[in-house]
Amino acid sequence: MPDEAFPRFRAAADQAVIVEFGVTIDAEINRRVTGLDRDIAHRPIAGVVECIPTYRSLFVRYDPIQTSAANLIEDLRHRVASPGESQAQGRLWTVPAFYGGEAGQDLDEVARIHGLTTEEVIALHCGARYRVFMIGFMPGFAYLGGLHETLHTPRLAAPRPLMAAGGLAIGGMQASITSVPGPSGWRFLGRTPLKLFDLTRDPEILIHAGDEIRFERVDAAEAARLDAIADAGGVPATCEEMS
Amino acid sequence: MTVQDAGRVGAQRFGIPGSGVMDGESYLLANALVGADAGAAVLEFAVFGGRFSVDAAVRIAVTGGSCPIDVDGRPVAPWTSFRLDPGSMLSIGPLSDAVYGYLAIAGGIDVPLFMGSRSTHGRSLMGGFNGRALRPDDVLSLYPASGGDTALGVGHPPKRAQGMIRIVAGPQDDYFSSEAWDLLLGQPFTVTSQRDRMGMILEGPALDHVKGFNIVSDAVAFGSIQVPGSGKPTILLADRQTTGGYPKIATVITSDLCRLVQTQLGDAIQFELVSVEEAEGLARKSRSRLDETIDGLVPLRSTPDLSAKRLLSLNLVDGVVDASENKSSQAQ
Repeated sequence: MPDEAFPRFRAAADQAVIVEFGVTIDAEINRRVTGLDRDIAHRPIAGVVECIPTYRSLFVRYDPIQTSAANLIEDLRHRVASPGESQAQGRLWTVPAFYGGEAGQDLDEVARIHGLTTEEVIALHCGARYRVFMIGFMPGFAYLGGLHETLHTPRLAAPRPLMAAGGLAIGGMQASITSVPGPSGWRFLGRTPLKLFDLTRDPEILIHAGDEIRFERVDAAEAARLDAIADAGGVPATCEEMS
Repeated sequence: MTVQDAGRVGAQRFGIPGSGVMDGESYLLANALVGADAGAAVLEFAVFGGRFSVDAAVRIAVTGGSCPIDVDGRPVAPWTSFRLDPGSMLSIGPLSDAVYGYLAIAGGIDVPLFMGSRSTHGRSLMGGFNGRALRPDDVLSLYPASGGDTALGVGHPPKRAQGMIRIVAGPQDDYFSSEAWDLLLGQPFTVTSQRDRMGMILEGPALDHVKGFNIVSDAVAFGSIQVPGSGKPTILLADRQTTGGYPKIATVITSDLCRLVQTQLGDAIQFELVSVEEAEGLARKSRSRLDETIDGLVPLRSTPDLSAKRLLSLNLVDGVVDASENKSSQAQ
């Protein structure tokens, strides 16, 4: 049930209005964020430069020469109260997942921490349906909600300096698919051949906030075959529009 | 030194930084001086310029601050446009009163658009000139120039005098104690060497949190002042990561961003609180002033700039800039 204190409108000086729908990581809150984002994309507001959907707020960047926070907030209130005709609800992706191996160096430890076998961990991770709450931090980096409670695992005390892109990771109650190599304190269970960010491909970014993901387990040979497709600029995954 | 334009719009939702020039006013003035489109790509340098040559005559301007510029040893003033001929060497020395300088060339720099922008984001190897800072012997293509061949000058180059940097509270202003607020507004903060195109870490009193120093990650603006657990404020700038999990006590107003980024190492910043409405009013005033300055660019008839005097009435053709840098500062 939406908290009546929300939406709340904050300011990033004269550059953006931030529409807050809550303060926690929650699918319903996030749906309101992506819903408003799609509404503005569908029916643009004069003076709005771009929107950035995040976990629980929509950052609405505007041009203070063309409009004002006051005008914009009034518009946004109306939009939240009466959203436009329902648009597409994002896409459901089926993403290949290869567990363990070099990319999944924390699989055993996560199993140990929770008193499970590695197969049980894999089943819990692979069997869930995830919501993409946000693309942020790095190009294409996907923050996922819907990780099974049993797998909630604290981050490492100190991050590792370099983890490869495409990692399937767990951090606290969040899951992620990493998009570029870099340091990380998350726990890595495996990897996907799918490239969430590819500078040379059109589109450069595949998965968006508001999309949903289910994983499909693949073996080493299949992962290698899908790697080749991705390296050639292809998309080794399928998606369907959600209604 | 990197290729930049007004920034990458519509890509922050994908985790791709906005990038773009640090000092928007100097950028717009530079393009206006050479008759380039407002959104044309330019070279941005941090303190140190470089040495350049061209394969065909081009009109050039350097803005941002005061720096020694010469063409074959003949002095040229910043904030003016001048001609560079093939066979001549343009030398741009260090900025003495600013941090970011802009070299604009008529027609603009020809590098491919990446997600709608020619800006460079070095960390992702994205955009600009092959996704990286320029190196000696790099060769840049230029778009053909249109428009006149008159040497122009800025009547009153922007004063980067130190003054209050005005901020609007929030979005997480309530995460900070009243003591923290007194310190933020009452004490000076110093610009440290830990500054680059991503952000600037300030030295000063630690700002205490009251609700912890983590928030559910959300988006950040150019000018967001975030405060991690250490209590040391960091102002996020052009190449900032798109989202962050630290509380943001306040945001620098649009009108003061140029002055902020041009604040030199060791100089003090004093913050002043204003409302959103005041910030918007100031943004409009700044824009009007900039428009007036651009409309009022002064044709240079007799100037100490000898190369401007010798301008010929040729159509500028597309040319190649051979950027030989005598020093490359990697404080991008």
